Order: sequence, then structure tokens, then C-alpha cells
Amino acid sequence: MTINGPKIYFTIPIFGGIPITQTLVTSLVVTIILCVSGVLLGRNLTKRPGKRQVLAEKAVTVITGMVKEAMGDHNAYWTPFIATVFLSSLLGTLLGMTGVLRSSTADISTTMTWAVLVSFICWYEAIKNNGFLAWLKGFTEPIAVMTPMNIVSEIAQPVSLAFRHFGNIAGGGVITALIYWALSGASAGILRLIASSSVAVPLVLLAAGVGLLILSRPKADRKRKKLPLLVGVLCTALAGLRLMDWLWSLTGRACPEMNGLACGLLWFAALAVLLVGLVLLIAHKDKRGTILGIVLAAVGFVAICFVSEGPLNVPVLTLGLPAVLSLYFDVFSGVIQAFVFSLLTMIYISGNCPAPEEKQNP
Amino acid sequence: MELTEAIVRAACALGAGLCMGIGAIGPAIGEGNAVGKALEGMARQPESTSNLRTNMLVGCAVAETTGIYSLVIALLLLFVF
Repeated sequence: MTINGPKIYFTIPIFGGIPITQTLVTSLVVTIILCVSGVLLGRNLTKRPGKRQVLAEKAVTVITGMVKEAMGDHNAYWTPFIATVFLSSLLGTLLGMTGVLRSSTADISTTMTWAVLVSFICWYEAIKNNGFLAWLKGFTEPIAVMTPMNIVSEIAQPVSLAFRHFGNIAGGGVITALIYWALSGASAGILRLIASSSVAVPLVLLAAGVGLLILSRPKADRKRKKLPLLVGVLCTALAGLRLMDWLWSLTGRACPEMNGLACGLLWFAALAVLLVGLVLLIAHKDKRGTILGIVLAAVGFVAICFVSEGPLNVPVLTLGLPAVLSLYFDVFSGVIQAFVFSLLTMIYISGNCPAPEEKQNP
Repeated sequence: MELTEAIVRAACALGAGLCMGIGAIGPAIGEGNAVGKALEGMARQPESTSNLRTNMLVGCAVAETTGIYSLVIALLLLFVF
């Protein structure tokens, strides 16, 4: 079990080498998605809005309202910047859930860039509104002794802003990965325990499973019995696992070299075939449906076994629980952190953009 | 050499545990306070529930910050050193 930072895909050989990391790729995807959806939503605006325009207008109204509430009416021109930060953060976090891309906000570089940008904006606004000398003088307030403290707090502001966002997303990712690893280990252990038990147990299971399957055959006048069928399928599958493991040890070859994406797609495709087969097996009453279901289920099961490097490494336990955890860590935490980040950005910037009548040097 | 490395590994594990354990105390108390006060407010003025809930969540996320810092340090200790 290793926890890695973003991988480097390749390095552009100029300026001493610019590494293209997963973070950069995700950020680029976020940029493209935001640009395309912005253009698509903002095109062909009419006086009588359709569904698309209503959606766009609602989003703009909500975000403008949020900015006006937090920064004051005179700062409404910051809305595009705040909305960009919010949507980039949200989308960058949520793209990590696809399993193909890595969250761009789970990298300190991304959040630190945004935080430093916010700091620079704050300094620029402070200098523009009060003048350079007044800005320097601001560090000695309320008394001259506080100057080091003020400088430290200026540096601590972007650091705290960046680490808050990065830590939440990266920590959530690490915890999800740890639980995923533990669950796949546990499922391999359970399967191995069943498969490596004495020869008698799989045989008994096989006999019981086939018996139950025969017993659950639909009679002419009655419906198919559900419970014996399910238990029978389970028993037969567990017994078949033993057989599969034996066959696998005969072939003695490792999983073909595939990258994670292809492996994952194949895994899901095999799972889909297996599920379709099981549904056919249970739902259809005629003989052809049953045979088709059995064949599909068997093909799906074998495919899953081959993709997961042998029948004992099928991660059965990792199917449900990580999704729930990821729902908390990625969706909830991602939305809240994006909101907090943009809210603090608004507060920091509006602190340096006072209303026109409050300016000292108008 | 191996002993030195073992001692460093052990110190990292101990440090990560202490960091996370002690670092979680503050945010826990803070978030508990925030949620408690928000619930009081909701009980007193049920009509302001939605507004209070939003602000409470944001406050909790901010109060969580120091806990997240210790989480980052603990992860660094565990996986980087």
C-alpha cells in the first residue's frame, strides 16, 4: 500500500523541463469544461428565455447575490473571478470521483497558486486604494511593535487558505484509498478461506447448489421460487470458485499488462455482463432465457476473474462501501471546501476594497 | 544503521498518532460548540433554520482547519519520511 502524489506523464524539454502531471491534465480538463459550458450557456440569449437560458440566468443571479452579500454592492464586479474560483475548485474535486482523473485540488500546487493569487490581488487593491506608503504604514498598526506579527499574518493567510483546501481533499482521498485497500484485502481473505477449505466443503456446496437450482425450477402452474434459486446460485458460485482457482493455478500465467483505466473498464464491463446474466436468469421463465442467463453470468464471472488476476482477487467487498465514503469525502467535503475557499477569498478581497465613500484618498 | 532507521520509523508512527490525536481535540471542541449554539438558535427560532445550517457548516469547515493541518502533518510523517 503506497500513497502517491500526482504522477508525471511526461516532461516538456524546455526551461530545464516542465513536468506534465495529473494535476495539470485535470486542471486543463476543468478549464475546457468550464469554457465550453460557458460558451454554450451564454449563446443565443433571447428576451423569452428557454430552459438553458433560465439555468444560466439562475446560476449568475445566485453567484452575484452571494458576492454582493459577502463583499457589498460596490464589489459586484468581482463575481466572475469568484465564480471561476468556486467552479474550478468544485469541478476539480468532483472530477477525482470519475476514477480516471486525479482531483486537481488534492495537490498543494493548485490551491497554493490560487491562494497566492488572492494575496497578490489583496496587496494590489490595498496599494491602489491607499497608496504604497499607506500600505506599508498599515503593517505598523496598531503599534510599531506589532510589525513582525503583521508580516507573519500576511504570509499565514495564503498558507492557511491553501492548506485547508488541500488537506481536506487529499486527506479524504488517502482515507478512501486506505479503506479500499483494506476492503479488497479482506475480500481476498474471505474468498481464499472458502476456496482453501477442505475438498469436502466445495463438493457439498456444489451438490447443495445444484439441488436447490433443480428444486427451484418453475412448475407449470407456479412461479419460480426466489429463495432456493438465490441460495442455489450462491452455493454453486462458491463451489465454482474453488474450481476456477484450480483451473487458474493450472494456467499459471499472470494478468496481462494493462493500465488501470483499461483494467477498470473491463472490470465494469464484465460486472455488467454478469449482472445482466443474473437478471435474465431470475426474471425469465422460459428455457431459452434461463440458458442465455446462465451463459452470460458464467462469461461475466470468468471475465471478472481474469481481469482481477485470478478468481481469488475479485474485490467483492469494495463494491458498495467506498461509494458511500466517497460521497462524504468527495461530494460534501468538495462542495463545502469550494464554498469556504471562495467565501474567504471574498472576505479577504473585500477587506481591501472599501466602499467608495469610505476610501481615505478618493 | 538498521536500528537508526527503525527508531526513525517508530518515531514517525508515534509522532503521527500524537499529532492526529492531540490535534483533533481543538476542532472537536470548536465544532461541538458551533453545532450546539446553532441547535440552540434553531430551537429558539425555527424559521431561521436554513440560514443557520449553512453558516454552521461553513463555520465547522473553518474550525476544522487546524485538525486538517495535523492530518496533513500526520500523513507526511506516515508516507513521506
